[in-house]
Amino acid sequence: MMTTSTLYDSLVKIVGKDFVSNQKEERYFYGRDGGLMPPHEPDFVVMPKTAEEVQEIVKLANNEKVPLVPKGSGLALTGLVIPQRGGVVLDMKRMDRILEVNEKARYVVVEAGVTHGVLKSYLQKHHPRLRHSLPDSPPVATIVANAVIHGQGRLSQQHGFNSDMVSGLEVVLPTGELCRIGSCSVSSYWFSKGPPLPDLSGLFLGWFGTTGIITRLGLKLYPCKKMRDVMVFLADRAELVPDIMLRLSHTEMVEDVIISAQPLPLRFKGTFWIMAYITGDSDEELEFKRKMIWGALWEYFESRDVGLLSTSPQMKAPLLSMPSKDTAKFADVAKGGGFQYAGPITPIEKFPAFIRKLEEVATKYNVFYASTTRLIGAGHCMMFSFSFSFNRANTDEMARAKKALDECSKFALEEGGVLWKADIYEQKLLMDKMDPNTLVLMKKLKQLLDPNGIMNPGNWEVR
Amino acid sequence: MRTLLFTCYACEEYCPFGNHPFYLIVERQEEKGILPAPRPIITMWINQCQPIGRFMVGKVAERTLSYCFLAQFNTLVKGKLFDGIASSSIFGQEFFCNAVYLHYAKASVIKGRLPKIVENVKNQGIKELVCLHDECYGTFTSLAPAYGIDVPFKPIHYYEFLYDRLKALNDEIKPLNVKVAYQRNCSARLCPEIDHYVDDIFGLLGVERVKREYDRENALCCAEIFRMAKGPALADDIQKRNIDDMVKFGAKYCVLNCPACWDSLAHKVVRQGIKPIHMIDLCRLAIGEEQALNLSESVAEV
Repeated sequence: MMTTSTLYDSLVKIVGKDFVSNQKEERYFYGRDGGLMPPHEPDFVVMPKTAEEVQEIVKLANNEKVPLVPKGSGLALTGLVIPQRGGVVLDMKRMDRILEVNEKARYVVVEAGVTHGVLKSYLQKHHPRLRHSLPDSPPVATIVANAVIHGQGRLSQQHGFNSDMVSGLEVVLPTGELCRIGSCSVSSYWFSKGPPLPDLSGLFLGWFGTTGIITRLGLKLYPCKKMRDVMVFLADRAELVPDIMLRLSHTEMVEDVIISAQPLPLRFKGTFWIMAYITGDSDEELEFKRKMIWGALWEYFESRDVGLLSTSPQMKAPLLSMPSKDTAKFADVAKGGGFQYAGPITPIEKFPAFIRKLEEVATKYNVFYASTTRLIGAGHCMMFSFSFSFNRANTDEMARAKKALDECSKFALEEGGVLWKADIYEQKLLMDKMDPNTLVLMKKLKQLLDPNGIMNPGNWEVR
Repeated sequence: MRTLLFTCYACEEYCPFGNHPFYLIVERQEEKGILPAPRPIITMWINQCQPIGRFMVGKVAERTLSYCFLAQFNTLVKGKLFDGIASSSIFGQEFFCNAVYLHYAKASVIKGRLPKIVENVKNQGIKELVCLHDECYGTFTSLAPAYGIDVPFKPIHYYEFLYDRLKALNDEIKPLNVKVAYQRNCSARLCPEIDHYVDDIFGLLGVERVKREYDRENALCCAEIFRMAKGPALADDIQKRNIDDMVKFGAKYCVLNCPACWDSLAHKVVRQGIKPIHMIDLCRLAIGEEQALNLSESVAEV
């Protein structure tokens, strides 16, 4: 086994001394995220520039059995890139090239460090008729990390999880081989991550970097209409919300449906804000869609159960901003910058029960709450966030927020939900409930791909 | 049919006997549980403007500007027109006039909150309150007396204030020589005695108030309340008729008097080639200053 200094020298040899660090301040920074998981520092941080460098690092780590944690911008908030067993964090942000946009096949190929903000700007400038599904995380969130955690975005109502929109992968396996997944494995085109081949992307998406390091990713792009609008409907009965979601989805006119629930500011108190986003290339197209959506909810409007909020362009501007800035604002409601949410993926019929639980838990633990729900895939499921903000300088408040989150996660599981971007404790909850044969399969796959268990250890560990 | 009943403020203006028919209708609606708008919309409005002890005051003097609960006045109140008074202002839920609840058949909310609002104004030592919105002025001159609420300060409509200021600045006025369509707002019906100031001010500014069909007693409101209450068809129809009327009579500007009307109509009149402008800004143009309240450019981001 190499000594620490030999390992450092080896890493320097691969990426250059400017891109390796074992300094305390770097290790401090890379040992934590913005959520509630306890910190744990890495031994080294490296910033590779090429897939070849990643391969060399992986081969080195595999030989030396040193843990490796690939990291985008570290925004998952559930500690997924906190190096639980130390080792090397690979910060992928130097791999920041947008390699190809195929306008006719509507996809883009990016390196692992490309962020959603950069891609958005790039498309607006060079390919204004194309767009991708932006999540509501800060714009520095990387496209690869968001796909790896099965993120959702502005087009999820129509096209499912952002990971469903992946159209190909290039992966460095834990043993160092560079491997292509999807159409790009037999063709120069990146139009499909699987079909008509066996879909191997599932070996990497959702695994939180425990089965390999994605170095390139193909992402489907979608038509970008000239105009965009939001209709804000208000309801005050949680029991109606699932049907409202279904009715909106049934129109097939809505690109995104978001439901907000929170007690503050006061205008939100006591009502659910249901935001239906539409796009069009002309006023006529937008107006047609507005009419269809009105028609879908007219019955509820006439019964006075659902209203349309009159919104000025100034009011709409923040609602239409992509990504939404409201999440970041909520993160500091309690002052002190602490924010975390449990976001189970669940059938939409669970909305009333989840809202009741959120209010109950917030009262029980005296924490400030909010919830944002996003409809995914034509009503197939929703992401329901139990969100709590807290002051990082207030350890008692942090402890209460953690208890509130844990209780909500357990509740969501009991109700048939599946925890999203689960932290290591939630992963255990999930695996405890999982079909035993599924667990065996996961274990076999993990052992096959990562025989030395170097990849992001602590996560998805099947015992 | 009861739930579909909807009326506007206009009957207040038409009643020659001062019997406040609109206020009476609103009270009956509430008594009978009629919802003029969907329940969640009413809930949102009641919660949004609830006094919770948060407000902003400037260097309040005996004569003070009321921004009510409308942040747009922070943009509009500037320049020579407001020399000597700009810093004397009040803003927030604690000073919110509450007249909006007439739209939602919630007279009880007004009766519950307005006495405290009046007291809040009084406690600031204000003797003259320059109301920057018809709704505030109408609340203190019409609604409060109708509900038996004493108003221990003098409400002054900002049109009267502007008229006086323009006279003082008369040497600086350069006639604008433009045709304008005036957009009366719903709460102008609570204070029709003020309407002559529109003509007086336009006279000083050298602008022509086009004699269109939908002005003065026959005015159409911005209609956005109808959208929340009745759905899009009626609101769209009213707005179209109103704006077509402005176009037909050759208006270059649409002069708006109310931030809510601005939000509803400004971006729509622009599409018909008419410039939206708030009355304060129109006055500002005539004395060589720039329009302060403009349309947001970031209407929709794709």
